Amino acid sequence: MTVVYQKSKGLTDVELHYCPGCHHGIAHKLIAETLEEMNAIDTAVGVCPVGCSVFADKYFSCDMFNAAHGRAPAVATAIKRTHPDQPVFTYQGDGDLASIGAAEIVHAAARGEKITTIFINNAIYGMTGGQMAPTTLIGQKTTTSPLGRTVEQAGMPMRMAEMLSTLDGVAYAERVCLTDIPNLNKAKKAIKKAFQLQMEGAGFTFVEILSTCPTNWGFSPLDANKWLKENMVPYYPLGVVKDVTKEVAK
Amino acid sequence: MAKKELWKGNEAMAEAAIRAGCDAYFGYPITPQSEIPEYMSLHMPQEGRVFLQAESEVATINYLYGAGGSGKRVMTSSSSLGVSLMQEGLSWLSGAEVPCVLLNCMRGGPGLGTIQPGQADYYQMTRGGASGDHHFVCLAPGNMQEAVDMIQESFDIADQYRNPCLIVVDGLIGQMMEPIEWHEVKKRDLPPKTWAADGRKGRAEHNVIKTIFVEPEDDNEFNEHLARKFEEMKKNEVRYEKTQCDDAEIVIVAYGTPARVSLSVVRKLRAQGVKVGLFRPQTIWPYPEEALHEVAAQDSVKRILCVEMSEGQMIDDVRLSVEGQKPIDFYGKAGGVVPTVEEIAEQVEKAVKEAVR
Ligand SMILES: Cc1ncc(C[n+]2csc(CCOP(=O)(O)OP(=O)(O)O)c2C)c(N)n1
Ligand code: SF4
Ligand SMILES: [Mg+2]
Repeated sequence: MTVVYQKSKGLTDVELHYCPGCHHGIAHKLIAETLEEMNAIDTAVGVCPVGCSVFADKYFSCDMFNAAHGRAPAVATAIKRTHPDQPVFTYQGDGDLASIGAAEIVHAAARGEKITTIFINNAIYGMTGGQMAPTTLIGQKTTTSPLGRTVEQAGMPMRMAEMLSTLDGVAYAERVCLTDIPNLNKAKKAIKKAFQLQMEGAGFTFVEILSTCPTNWGFSPLDANKWLKENMVPYYPLGVVKDVTKEVAK
Repeated sequence: MAKKELWKGNEAMAEAAIRAGCDAYFGYPITPQSEIPEYMSLHMPQEGRVFLQAESEVATINYLYGAGGSGKRVMTSSSSLGVSLMQEGLSWLSGAEVPCVLLNCMRGGPGLGTIQPGQADYYQMTRGGASGDHHFVCLAPGNMQEAVDMIQESFDIADQYRNPCLIVVDGLIGQMMEPIEWHEVKKRDLPPKTWAADGRKGRAEHNVIKTIFVEPEDDNEFNEHLARKFEEMKKNEVRYEKTQCDDAEIVIVAYGTPARVSLSVVRKLRAQGVKVGLFRPQTIWPYPEEALHEVAAQDSVKRILCVEMSEGQMIDDVRLSVEGQKPIDFYGKAGGVVPTVEEIAEQVEKAVKEAVR
């Protein structure tokens, strides 16, 4: 018998609690596979946030922290500074990273902390029941923008990958999505590259994953995928935003 | 005997942390304690240890969570309003049982207040502004020698209980120069940090540093575990000093700089035949409740005088300890003003008059 597919050793056997069609689980799988392929399960330390991924510490099989809302980059910084040879990553939602934790992510990026941040942008506060996030699209209805987000009320949605890439400390930033196999493969590559560059000491590495929240968007899993492609991707363009290794080569 | 060296308070306290084996220091500048991060920025890297100037106090306390949770000895220092910003993080450190040392070099408040010394953070330190049932051992040194000794011990206290340990000084102790001796502080027997999330390295299970519970029963059980730990701290860590309390009619209760001034008051008034003593808590949590209760119970004692550099916060604990046995007077100066020997002496004399009425 040949094994054609098996669950990554980077994940525990604990059952995931995510809603059907939620991309959090897929993102976990890609990170776990990367850790396994890099032989890093035994050395990596991950920091999960407050948000729907609050229980990610149960799912990843490496050592884990659960950080206060928004503070994962600070927690990860301290782990990395005191354990400079080990891979350290944060896993954060858009409310966590772009709103309450805006200062911590900006300063970790500015310092060029040698950590990897996986940023789950689902344009909403998932865990608390679908309130507006800094990444919520104009016109998008949420429980705190019931008539749709307006520029007058909340400004334009934040493009975190682009914003952080203006900082010299950022070595690599890419935006990906998980709506189909080709995009999934690109996402996996981006995550792996981010971890590799981290371990080479290149600087701060960032992968923004456009994700679905079918539950709070009010769509079926398939319609959520469609909505993401048709609405999020035009505003949040996919692809490499910054790669210092390429810039040097140029 | 070790030889005496002249040190500035803040620098001596920073050096004490280095001698205690502090692996990492994180902090955000604020007067009157900025000499601590300044000293650390030079000396920690020289020792091959970690120094990082934080972007805020909010980030600082979370650096402590990361470094402490991955098994390192970690410290920060700040002052009053800076410590206020750390409250959420302190609750997390307590909930995840992460040891750390936090030094609060208190100034006058509220808000920006003044940069002069104060004690108006007594509630903040002993009651806290953070969510949840938690307590921290609060060491309150009365002079520099005690401060450097206590700081060296604080890392052991934090590790022993897997809990933040707080050093509570007023700005005067940080700013003054005084001769101190460096002695070896007795090391505690500490278990290895098998709980630390620092990479599995062959461990069968992955370690997790977290504060969340899903089931109320589990959280309740955890809180009961914490409560037992706090009881242990109360049993083991209470410290206080009594000066001429045995035959005292008036007992001054004060900690930190007001205690130091009160000591001069005791000497001055004793020379004039006034029977006054000083009860000085060296830990403000756990509070030396029983000891103060016993002092108040003495037949000789007529009145208690609580002196603070605030409008009266520790007085709550004095009342809880004295339990109505004797009348309690209060004298306080706030906003960075230090009560003088003359002022406190006058209060004692007033109390003496009240006592004979
Ligand atoms: C200090 C603090 N404020 C507010 C909350 C409540 N809260 C929990 S999760 C969350 C939003 C999470 O949204 P996001 O980061 O986008 O993650 P998602 O659930 O969408 O994955 C909020 C506001 C909290 N836990 N802590
Ligand atoms: S609420 Fe949204 S983000 Fe959270 S698990 Fe469900 S689908 Fe995923
Ligand atoms: Mg979200």
